[in-house]
Amino acid sequence: MEIEKPAIFSPEQYDAAEVTRIVQLQQNSQQPIPDPDGWLDEELKRNVVLTTVDFLFDQARARSTFPFLLGLACCALEMMSAGMSRFDFTRWGLDIARWSPRQADLMIVAGTLTWKMAPAVRRLYDQMAEPKWVIAMGVCAISGGTFRESYSVVPGVNRIVPVDVYIPGCPPRPEALIYGINLIQQKILKDSLVRKHD
Amino acid sequence: MLAQYGYVGILLIIAILFTIIMPLIPLILSRIGVVPRKKTPAKLSTYECGMEPIGDAWVQFNFRYYLFAVMFVALDVLTVFLYPWAISLGDLGAFGLLSVAIFFLIIMVGYTYAWFKGALQWK
Repeated sequence: MEIEKPAIFSPEQYDAAEVTRIVQLQQNSQQPIPDPDGWLDEELKRNVVLTTVDFLFDQARARSTFPFLLGLACCALEMMSAGMSRFDFTRWGLDIARWSPRQADLMIVAGTLTWKMAPAVRRLYDQMAEPKWVIAMGVCAISGGTFRESYSVVPGVNRIVPVDVYIPGCPPRPEALIYGINLIQQKILKDSLVRKHD
Repeated sequence: MLAQYGYVGILLIIAILFTIIMPLIPLILSRIGVVPRKKTPAKLSTYECGMEPIGDAWVQFNFRYYLFAVMFVALDVLTVFLYPWAISLGDLGAFGLLSVAIFFLIIMVGYTYAWFKGALQWK
């Protein structure tokens, strides 16, 4: 499985290829991706054994979510603050802030997402290992915020990646981020092994 | 006496078992379908901070960097020697001072020679 790459021999060709890619992504993501919470309502087939195993795995997954810190704008500072000693989201099991999507479960998109950055975010989301979760932090990540009408800003991260938890605020305080983390842990605890990840 | 070494043996056994079991857990879990497997082209491609990986991994450097690298290694070794020497200079006394001065002089002679030969110029 290989990604088709355009032949690039000069910086101009690289720019042209990037523009093509961004415009293509822009056209393909006019509608928001629906939030992946439909499975919360459906009755998952569980038996006694599976319930116990589910409990075990869900506890393990929820209490050891490794965050992938995607700090795009000023919300990143609040996110750093939440990771530092005063708020310290390690207490909720977000042990190590991972800088590689290969080792992360939870992507925290903090800040304004521009169309220039959008293909990178999509690629990083694709490169994360399953099962993966996404937090949109701040109004810019939720809906574009103040820059919603701008030509260069993605009006909501959910155009690019499916978002599990939205944290409003401009920027949200670290307590709000921790509340969002609690919410996503509650969501992970409802997960089941028989659920089909799409 | 020998019984005390038994703990080392136990530790060795635990270490060997740990290194065998820990990689096996994700392999087995993914084999029985607990861990979702979903291979996409993007996931299998190189991680390059989200950017499109372009070019070759075998990047060639200019040969002129070689001289700078050699000069750097000489001064680097000097620094490595100077730090522990500076800490224990009080104990070493005049003999230590003299030996490092000679060593410094030897390095500096080579450095000045390379300097005057034009090794520090980019040409």
